[in-house]
Amino acid sequence: MFTTLKIVLIAVVNPGLDLERSFNHLLQGMGLPSSIAHLLWLPLPMLLVLTAALIGVLVTVWLERKISAAAQQRVGPEYAGALGILQPMADGLKLLVKEDIIPHKADSLLFTLGPILVLIPVILSWLIVPFGQNLLISNVGIGIFLWIALSSIQPIGLLMSGYASNNKYSLLGGLRAAAQSISYEIPLALAVLAVVMMSNSLSTVDIVNQQNTTGLFSWNIFRQPVGFLIFWICALAECERLPFDLPEAEEELVAGYQTEYAGMKFALFYLGSYINLILSSLLVSILYLGGWGFPIPIDLITNSLGQSPNAPVIQILAATIGIIMTVFKTYFLVFLAILLRWTTPRVRIDQLLDLGWKFLLPIALVNLLFTAALKLAFPIAFGG
Amino acid sequence: MTIATSTELICFLILSSVIVSGALGVVLIDNIVYSAFLLGGVFMSVAGLYLLLNASFVAAAQILVYVGAVNVLILFAIMLVNKQEELKPIKGLKIRRFFSGCVCAGLLALLFRVDITTNWATPGPKAIGEIATERIGEHLFTDYLLPFELASVLLLMAMIGAIVLARRDVISIELESTDSIPQNIINNSTDNVLLDQSSD
Repeated sequence: MFTTLKIVLIAVVNPGLDLERSFNHLLQGMGLPSSIAHLLWLPLPMLLVLTAALIGVLVTVWLERKISAAAQQRVGPEYAGALGILQPMADGLKLLVKEDIIPHKADSLLFTLGPILVLIPVILSWLIVPFGQNLLISNVGIGIFLWIALSSIQPIGLLMSGYASNNKYSLLGGLRAAAQSISYEIPLALAVLAVVMMSNSLSTVDIVNQQNTTGLFSWNIFRQPVGFLIFWICALAECERLPFDLPEAEEELVAGYQTEYAGMKFALFYLGSYINLILSSLLVSILYLGGWGFPIPIDLITNSLGQSPNAPVIQILAATIGIIMTVFKTYFLVFLAILLRWTTPRVRIDQLLDLGWKFLLPIALVNLLFTAALKLAFPIAFGG
Repeated sequence: MTIATSTELICFLILSSVIVSGALGVVLIDNIVYSAFLLGGVFMSVAGLYLLLNASFVAAAQILVYVGAVNVLILFAIMLVNKQEELKPIKGLKIRRFFSGCVCAGLLALLFRVDITTNWATPGPKAIGEIATERIGEHLFTDYLLPFELASVLLLMAMIGAIVLARRDVISIELESTDSIPQNIINNSTDNVLLDQSSD
């Protein structure tokens, strides 16, 4: 009787697919101890997410080339595969076989370490990105806070590579990147804090679940429109995308901290910036656009069709819809970011700092205060 | 020994060796930029130790505050005043180093004594894991409210002080309002300290 109770409890606590449990059951059925099964399971989601991130980068690079071409009334990449879809592969291959140049008077140790330090925190942050109820690497309790903490490591890598290049443009670019990243982290964290206050949890899974009670209209974008705008602006600034790409402003600084880099080390920067863009878009869709949620709740559809939401086929369908929704929302935001990049001019450094400190920071504080007041006044709508 | 405990032990050994060697590097390496980067590494390893102790919120806060803010600020300051000048040799450097080494060794001996004489076997409070975030928040706003507010007032004071030092026009108004400043300093000044900058 107790075992059935336990199974029911697990079903209540863990609705939806749980691949880890099924995988462990499978391996234990083949006679392996559970610790070995767990050890074999561990690298699988990590590899899967890493592959997803890299494929996401390839798609984004292709989109960037095609959309920029459309914005400038060109054709864009055309010959590598259909519609030039293999062009990012060709780019990557070219960077892979290029000579790895370390300038003569550069500090070779820091010069090598810099790009690695930029890339690792970005990839680590994918730990908390959920594609479904159980479709994430780890549902850590500090969730979104982990991402904020990890993204604060990046400026050190940028400063390191800027300093180690022994080039005035690189140093200036590194310093600018660090200054920009520090300034925009604060309104970003405050915008996240308002969302966290509404969902009473730092965990990304809880944040998405709290938004998916009544489908489209319970998404956070309707309850936090100001927070959404602040987060999006700050995310663009953290990714160093135009209109905030001052650290690598071509006309002023050649290419900023990347000036002296070539080959695979440059590719690490390139990968890092695109993975960061996709990650930021994913987090916007998780925090404000309902994550994996379909505009109409899946439970409502299954109930009206008279199906149990726990049936295997329904669960697989729901998980597929969840992944498609997450990716769709993310790429919509990526599309917006690319469109912004090719249609807006660059801001000056003083405008950038003014916007961050004198506009976004006070607005973010007021937004936080308003959220707290609304939460006290209307606990039903604002997650009491 | 299970896989979990052996992983924990290996992580602990790696982290503590990184902390000790990194901290020695921060003190002993001549190049100040290397010292600053090593300091960042030490902070990160301390965060790793917190993670091993199941204190994930404290670990993330450690990274955010010490690596993301303090260490970046130190690097910033070093790189903005990155003058490649030869420092004057300090007199009696060897004796100074000897004495500071003695002080450090004394501190180390004291810590070792504490380490040996303390009974570490007494069980502490049970680790609370994921709900630690809520518990920290509760404590900060109930029984630790006064130290928390005092710390924020201290930070506010430091911030206002930094802003006053950085804003030259505030100083210039004070200078103009006092009579005891000789006129020739104001007249001969080529610095724009004394100009009225409130218009722009």
